[in-house]
Amino acid sequence: MCGPLPPDNHRSGKPVTAQTFNRMTPYLFLAPAAITMAIALLYPLGYMVYGSFRDWDPSQNISETDFVGLKNYITLFFDPAFRESLSVTLIFAFTVVVAEMVIGVGLALLLDRNIRGISVLRTLFILPMMIAPVVVGLMWRYMYHPTVGTFNKTLKSLGFDGVDWLGQHALLSVIIADIWQWTPFILILALAALQSLPASAIEAARIDGATAWQQIWHIKLPLMMPVLVVTALLRLIDAFKVLEVILVMTEGGPGLSTEIVALRISRTATEFRELGTAAAMSNYLLILLLILTLAMFAIGRLQDARTARLARQVQEEEG
Amino acid sequence: MPEIRLSKLTKRYGAVEVLHGIDLEMAANEFTVLVGPSGCGKSTTLRMIAGLETVSEGEIFIGGNPVSHLDPKDRGLAMVFQDYALYPHMDVAHNISFALRLQRRPKAEIEAKVREVADVVGLTEFLHRKPGALSGGQRQRVAMARALAKDSDIFLFDEPLSNLDAKLRGQMRAELAIMQQRVRKNMIYVTHDQVEAMTLADRIVVMHGGHIQQQGTPEALFKQPANRFVAGFLGSPPMNFLEAELVSENDRLFARGDGFSVAVPAGRSRSLKRTSGGVTLGIRPSDLNFEKDARDDEAIDLRVIVSEYVGAQSVLLCACGNGSVTVELKSETPIALGETLRFAIRAEGIHLFDRESTAAL
Ligand SMILES: Nc1ncnc2c1ncn2[C@@H]1O[C@H](COP(=O)(O)OP(=O)(O)O)[C@@H](O)[C@H]1O
Ligand SMILES: [Mg+2]
Repeated sequence: MCGPLPPDNHRSGKPVTAQTFNRMTPYLFLAPAAITMAIALLYPLGYMVYGSFRDWDPSQNISETDFVGLKNYITLFFDPAFRESLSVTLIFAFTVVVAEMVIGVGLALLLDRNIRGISVLRTLFILPMMIAPVVVGLMWRYMYHPTVGTFNKTLKSLGFDGVDWLGQHALLSVIIADIWQWTPFILILALAALQSLPASAIEAARIDGATAWQQIWHIKLPLMMPVLVVTALLRLIDAFKVLEVILVMTEGGPGLSTEIVALRISRTATEFRELGTAAAMSNYLLILLLILTLAMFAIGRLQDARTARLARQVQEEEG
Repeated sequence: MPEIRLSKLTKRYGAVEVLHGIDLEMAANEFTVLVGPSGCGKSTTLRMIAGLETVSEGEIFIGGNPVSHLDPKDRGLAMVFQDYALYPHMDVAHNISFALRLQRRPKAEIEAKVREVADVVGLTEFLHRKPGALSGGQRQRVAMARALAKDSDIFLFDEPLSNLDAKLRGQMRAELAIMQQRVRKNMIYVTHDQVEAMTLADRIVVMHGGHIQQQGTPEALFKQPANRFVAGFLGSPPMNFLEAELVSENDRLFARGDGFSVAVPAGRSRSLKRTSGGVTLGIRPSDLNFEKDARDDEAIDLRVIVSEYVGAQSVLLCACGNGSVTVELKSETPIALGETLRFAIRAEGIHLFDRESTAAL
């Protein structure tokens, strides 16, 4: 019962098409964007999937290529170099995400208080995320430089030996750079989650005798968990696709030690001139990311369903 | 069980002072109600006692010891919040036992305690539900149970019933009154609802604008309000106020205003002799009786404008000169709207306040 009903002749007088038209309006407006999206997204994707079943050299037009079935996928599966790069990617992604979560959430817990100057501090912490990845790569490559780099110069001036950052410890070095760049992302989301926690529940915990640690462990972290899980998954998806920073810092070397899948794909396509294999490799990565994304949505759905179920339960009992 | 004393308790937020030196003593096992309009500083006072707000100036003593530097957990108190402040991710049993689990009490003891308090508040069937699956009244009980489980000496309540609907609020108020009889502890209860204050309190503390206006038993405050604010705040429907002048005639004192001239009872007129000038005459709606033969100087003539039927009682809205007066009387009294009727004023029901200072005379 909201507002007066329109006069009846309005509805019966006009033909059905007016109503249908009204209902279609939003879709009409959406259509151009939807079509552009579909073409821009689906065409390359379809092209890639199609190409992954073919033996395809960059000099060939795709119509001249031979269909080879699953050969590209099977070859890759048994290719030690690909496996190596897959394991580098997995190690890289999981290490950075775990480290970034721990540091980011830890910093958020520290910065979640009302002291003067805290907002300046927060802004400072967020800066690394705003720098272009290529610049980050260049910056760290310079800092890691064996002789003139910031780290080794500092170490030497303190009387220690220099570290072979981008050589012997290349993977660790790229991991450190990524942590530096992306921890702020976790920090922002964790801070937002912290600030939306029910303040009175935390006060109740203080009165119930919880120390600062116990408040974090028993109240804050569990209540932040839904946000943290999604944040971690988002970060994980992103970490699987990392390219520029590593490309600039190590180009995948030395050897294959930092050759993540994205780099391997680009090398396979340009250096080895095997577009079909590169496409198949992309599809492996895509499947991995798809699983992660679906997991993220599934978690969101589960949470929604649970709140809805609880609300219904209460309503039934009261009604 | 210790007594609690507030000494010159002051609170400032930045440059704004919201509590101006509160002095208050609460005896052991007393049920104290802080009551006042919204924004008068009740919650701030309570939260300072709890340790959730810092003390700007002054001191809080619990059992004679200053506590303002202590953490909330070291003050030995339990608190029920307005929004219940339950832990959303824990079920009822875990909510209730949180404090005990932090203290690492034996499992059997914790379980027994949870069952005991759940029984007291009637939550036994819901122990394994999360707060999200409870109704407002049930959440309220969980909050209560959680406070009870701690076995603290001091209970703090910040408007615990204000989020409930009217019927449930009445029911919970009655249950609280029963609990208060059973659990003799220090209880400090904050509310803006004067009915809650009157029914629950051993001692009422009326606050307004960051000051204590008056404190005492509900009866004392109702019968002898210290100023116009307290008089108008306690009692429902609220007290009527009429502007008047004190006039001396034939050795008797009259409060005379627009359309009335009421004799001040002899016992009180002597102390009032020296007062001159404007006063406010206060009369509670229940101190007016329909009595058409009452004497001129003990009665007031009112023209009935509206009659509100509220069951056994009716509330009449009447005009008296330019002022308006409400009267409470039995519904069966035959009253016609528009009539001018005579109402006798009970002698104890005459309150006089200084117009300038608003203090009772
Ligand atoms: N954190 C705060 N910062 C600034 N002013 C506050 C804060 N908390 C409360 N106040 C002010 O203090 C006064 C008293 O508030 P409060 O104790 O909550 O009133 P109430 O009696 O309604 O519980 C109000 O005027 C309120 O605006
Ligand atoms: Mg309040």
